[in-house]
Amino acid sequence: MGTNLTIGKAINAGLRASMEHDPKVLVMGEDVGKLGGVFRVTDGLYKDFGADRVIDTPLAESGIVGTAIGMAMRGYRPVVEIQFDGFFFPAANQTFTQLAKMRRRSAGKLSMPVVMRIPYGGGIGAVEHHSESPEAYFTHTAGLRVVTVANPEDAYWMIQQAVRSDDPVIFLEPKRRYYEKAEVDTAAPIEEATPMGAARVARHGTDVTLLAYGPMVKTALQAAEADTDHSIEVVDLRSLSPVDYPTIVESVKRTGRLVVAHEAPLSGGPGGEIAARVTEECFYHLESPVIRVAAFDTPYPQSRLEEHYLPDLDRVLDGVDRAFAY
Amino acid sequence: MSDTTAHEEPELIQLLTPEGELAGHPDYPLDISAEEIRALYRDLVLVRRVDSEAVSLQRQGELGLWASLLGQEAAQIGSGRALGERDMAFPSYREHGVAWCRGIAPKELLGMFRGVTNGGWDPHEHGFHLYTIVIGSQALHATGYAMGVQRDGAVGEDGTAVISYFGDGATSQGDTNEAFNFAAVNNAPVVFFCQNNQWAISESTERQSRVPIYRRAAGFGFPGVRVDGNDVLACLAVTRAALDNAREGNGPTLVEAFTYRMGAHTTNDDPSRYRASAELDEWKAKDPILRVRRYLENNGLADEAFFASVDTEAEAIGEQVRSECRGLVDPEPLDIFHEVYAEPNVQIDRQRSEFAEYLASFEGAGAEGGR
Repeated sequence: MGTNLTIGKAINAGLRASMEHDPKVLVMGEDVGKLGGVFRVTDGLYKDFGADRVIDTPLAESGIVGTAIGMAMRGYRPVVEIQFDGFFFPAANQTFTQLAKMRRRSAGKLSMPVVMRIPYGGGIGAVEHHSESPEAYFTHTAGLRVVTVANPEDAYWMIQQAVRSDDPVIFLEPKRRYYEKAEVDTAAPIEEATPMGAARVARHGTDVTLLAYGPMVKTALQAAEADTDHSIEVVDLRSLSPVDYPTIVESVKRTGRLVVAHEAPLSGGPGGEIAARVTEECFYHLESPVIRVAAFDTPYPQSRLEEHYLPDLDRVLDGVDRAFAY
Repeated sequence: MSDTTAHEEPELIQLLTPEGELAGHPDYPLDISAEEIRALYRDLVLVRRVDSEAVSLQRQGELGLWASLLGQEAAQIGSGRALGERDMAFPSYREHGVAWCRGIAPKELLGMFRGVTNGGWDPHEHGFHLYTIVIGSQALHATGYAMGVQRDGAVGEDGTAVISYFGDGATSQGDTNEAFNFAAVNNAPVVFFCQNNQWAISESTERQSRVPIYRRAAGFGFPGVRVDGNDVLACLAVTRAALDNAREGNGPTLVEAFTYRMGAHTTNDDPSRYRASAELDEWKAKDPILRVRRYLENNGLADEAFFASVDTEAEAIGEQVRSECRGLVDPEPLDIFHEVYAEPNVQIDRQRSEFAEYLASFEGAGAEGGR
């Protein structure tokens, strides 16, 4: 039986299911308690699970991640909320030098079942430091798993999969898509959900593969709809680390072209890595170079300029056209 | 400078003077037998010997680096012996004496400084977390762990307490201050044990803090106490009291063990560039081992045979550390890929198999004349 949920509500429902499933699951962060988070993603959890399991923390990101590491060592599964993407940076040390490496440092004696939820990306007219796409920092760091969601179905199941994972998971929530709505079969067994690490063909096509993740999936689907000249296959990456290359490669071998679109800045972004790998694996199948459509190598601009900064429908279509210009 | 409070001489909790006389303190009575004091003396001598052997091994090229604890034995043995079996310690990287108290074999520590492991012991088995290099990070881990202890309902008379070790330099780090605040706000059962050894590499305590370090605690809302860090009895008594206070649900304490790093920061450091030799002489007179020996001798609590037996044992441990260090085996190349993730990871798996294939391509190459 389906429930009509937004992405935000689906994550909320997934968190609730996780907390009901395992008493060791905790939610912690700034304003996650009575307020339910600034995006209300933790709404109602404080009321039902209490202050011991939904912890309003002092305003200190390094403290949030650092204490979550200690909690995990004690056998808990903390889900921490970093209020906005640009506020992650004060916690970078704890994330990179501690959380990501703890398993390795302990030769496997310690696991870090910590989830870091981060509302990320632009498009909501916010002030600076509230619209960033820091995914490349995470994907460059061994020991972290990095995932993002593009629809309520994934939001509901992937947050639960992330919580159950014994690895630290960076769970990126596309904030401008929080209010996208769809049916979710919340009664289905979790085992039937698509695995967290798998990419998904969101729309079948034959001429070009358009790869996107998180907030850009919707734009990619719109592009596929709008382009009546080409048959565009849209792949939703879902997991940024590790990347499900077999699914991508299989798609590219069929279509012969690849366009990668993301909100993160171009240079050093996930698109470059994917382009290099696909070139290695699909060289003789490619009809054109892998095309990247991304944000500029600049700081995220003031919000009155963000419509130019974020790859929109036209820029994605332009990228597709470039792939056919060879 | 109008702040006169910074110039007040803080009280130093001391139970045993440098001359080896019991001083006692009304707030920290210590009921301890001669046998227990002899055991502490043995600990102090043996960890100093492990340490000096490791310094030698580094000089011989057997270790990449070593951070010497010379001068800080009393702070570490006193606090380490105050810990109960269930308690959990979060060290920095110089806590070889605490490691000793927690049953970590010296060769485990050597393995890390030799580059054979990143610190591969089991933290849960020993109640001793891995050494943490990035200054101050572990203060937050300790606090989070203590918050977990609270949620387990393990606070109370037979409860669990947590201790975090760091140096004077770490008190400048945001993480340490965030840990103080998280611990205070949550009333977490954690003791912050700062070994103020006067120098953060070349920077003196005055470059780290405007006020005496123990006094920082007041600003966060919990007690701070300064103890003579070269007095093993005072360190034992003060830490035991702070741990008991934490486990009984009364929240954190900051213990500042006022001590001195007699050696270099690490084997890469040259303290003669930044501190006067007169300072070292002054602290040598406060040697943590000497005063215990004087106490035992002056009161007829140990004879020559006892001291000789400890020295013999130290020799044997020195020998053992040397041979164990040289016996540490390099990891296999494919260990690079081990234990990065708990769950299978296709990217790592692929790189592992590619590298394995590459390595295998060399097999038999020598017999065929090499490449």
